[in-house]
Amino acid sequence: MTLSTSQASADPPAAETRAFSLADARLPIAVTGAVVLAIVLVYTVGGRDPGLVTQSIVTGLLLGGVYALVSVGLTLIFGVLGIVNFAQGSMLTLAMFLVYVMGHSFGIPVYVATVVAIPIMFGFGWLVQLLLLNKLTISGNENGPLLITLGLSLLIVNVLLMVFGGRPLSVPGTVDGSFTVLGALVSYERLIAFGGALLVALLLTLALRKTSLGLAIRAVSSNSQGAALVGVNVGRIYALTFAIGSACVAVAGGLVAPFISLTPSVGEQFTILAFVIVVLGGLGSVVGATVGGLVIGLVQTVGALYLPGTGSLILVFAVFVLVLFFRPQGMFGAKQ
Amino acid sequence: MTDMVDKQVHSAADRDDPRLKDRSRSRAYLALLVVAVVLALLPLGMSDRVETIAVRTLIFAIMAVAWNLMSGYGGLFSFGHAAFFGIGAYTDAYLVVDHSVSPWIAMIVGALLAAAAGGAIAFLCLRYRLAGAYFALATFAFAMMFLLVVQNLEILHKTEGFNLPILPTYSWKMMQFAQGSRNYYWIPLGILVVALAGTIAFVGSRAGQYAQAIRDDEVAAASLGINALRYRLVTVALSCGLTAVAGAYYTQYYFFVGPDQGFGSGVSIEAMIPAVIGGIGTVWGPVIGALVVGPLAEGITSILRNPPQVLSFLQGLTGLDVAVYAVLLIVIVLFMPKGIYGTLRDRWRK
Repeated sequence: MTLSTSQASADPPAAETRAFSLADARLPIAVTGAVVLAIVLVYTVGGRDPGLVTQSIVTGLLLGGVYALVSVGLTLIFGVLGIVNFAQGSMLTLAMFLVYVMGHSFGIPVYVATVVAIPIMFGFGWLVQLLLLNKLTISGNENGPLLITLGLSLLIVNVLLMVFGGRPLSVPGTVDGSFTVLGALVSYERLIAFGGALLVALLLTLALRKTSLGLAIRAVSSNSQGAALVGVNVGRIYALTFAIGSACVAVAGGLVAPFISLTPSVGEQFTILAFVIVVLGGLGSVVGATVGGLVIGLVQTVGALYLPGTGSLILVFAVFVLVLFFRPQGMFGAKQ
Repeated sequence: MTDMVDKQVHSAADRDDPRLKDRSRSRAYLALLVVAVVLALLPLGMSDRVETIAVRTLIFAIMAVAWNLMSGYGGLFSFGHAAFFGIGAYTDAYLVVDHSVSPWIAMIVGALLAAAAGGAIAFLCLRYRLAGAYFALATFAFAMMFLLVVQNLEILHKTEGFNLPILPTYSWKMMQFAQGSRNYYWIPLGILVVALAGTIAFVGSRAGQYAQAIRDDEVAAASLGINALRYRLVTVALSCGLTAVAGAYYTQYYFFVGPDQGFGSGVSIEAMIPAVIGGIGTVWGPVIGALVVGPLAEGITSILRNPPQVLSFLQGLTGLDVAVYAVLLIVIVLFMPKGIYGTLRDRWRK
């Protein structure tokens, strides 16, 4: 699995220097082809029960949708602000706890709570960018924001630990049950999370391409000084982008909450995975983050058929390292 | 930026001037000597509990000094120093437990391994021109990967880690002494002093000056004929080797190392935060940062474990220690980007 994926990412750069636009379209196809090929190989010569393989592919895709949702926020923030947001995972945890508190103390059902959490996290992200990051981002300091988001992440996790303790909590779901597809079990909650992820990615892509705000965000992303010259308020766009990235996390947190056991450190694994996905998809690319999320979800669950426990995560990191070295701009990223 | 380059040029010129050449450096060595003597005499009046905090602080300080070499002077921001700390800690544990090698030798072997690993990682990253945030991410991912690999390796006891055997006799050779022995404090202090003397020597040396020139402007440095890759790798290897020494001593002092104590992301953060708080790219910054963070973290932890009457509401509030230094980190980066020592030094010079 890893090998074939890496082959796909290792191969094109040579051609890509010559025919950039061609490689642009070719690479995603190559990646998709490699993934399909790997899956076929697992079925035919993998030596695992086909039912089990189908189940892990379905689980992997559904899981990948959630990864994609967290990564979309991260990639947007990176693309526009040039900041690697180390607090992305802990903001996800914060959103989950918001949903938990709303459900636990006020009896608000989880999906309604998610809708309420979106503006709250949006405001949180706005404030973080405005108060903590804007000065450093605008002055072009690269390491400062990295350290601030790291500090923020530690702060969120440990304050949650102080308030809620380390024992796992659970958020009651509202839609129980599941159905079977091709012999694989699919729970409604996971399907809703998957659908929500795709919807957000779609809305975000549309907003970036079609609205004037999206135009301003893209302008700042490609050249902040130029954007400022034509009258874009760069500081405001920065704050807005970080806020949108946080809102994505709020959606993800709410959708994941029903089927995850909630601890203050639950988001950490998402931070790391989201980095991997963002690098795989190409920094700043919403489509890349979505595809990357699905790929990593598959790598993790199908890999788990062969490497139990945390072993499948090693595969995920192997993909990451290979992409980093052979194609640092990722699948859908612009050439550096 | 130009300001920094100016300063760099100045200090380089200063060093070439025979009248100034030895003074600044020998003043630094003298200060180090005084600090070393004062710190060496401290444990005479220490309780065992305070000594534990002091040793933890010294380990923090060694890690921070090491991190600062690579990230402060070399300009390569590492978010994954746990990888090298873990290599040191596990090499020591493996050699001492399974092969009864002297910890001193294990420490050196670990340092060499970590230097090689760090050099290889940095070489791969730099060859593909991964800089800035990308480099930080790559180091972070490598540390994470090492953690996962160790957790899945039978030979390294998977998630259980190593317990060091308690030997029947005390000896310097096996680095084991009576419980509460002051040697447990003096050994890391000695390592720290050597590390600081090494930093002072490195900063003044040709290699150190080159490393700083490359940090400030790689293109300009390369155009003067400096082999940027080579001097960057030298800096990285020094930093990683020293971090491994800290890791090896960790294993020796606590008689235990597991995957999270060696390779956990918390370790990378512990290497980074004291240096940032004290002052990146200064000799004394990491030490001062460790003196702030170490006692703070350990002090809060011990208060939480056993709170006095007035603070009884704090009982069991785990997380407060990290939360406090997270706030400290944010405040320092926002308002004192040069750290405590860097800011004070600038004010003093004015």
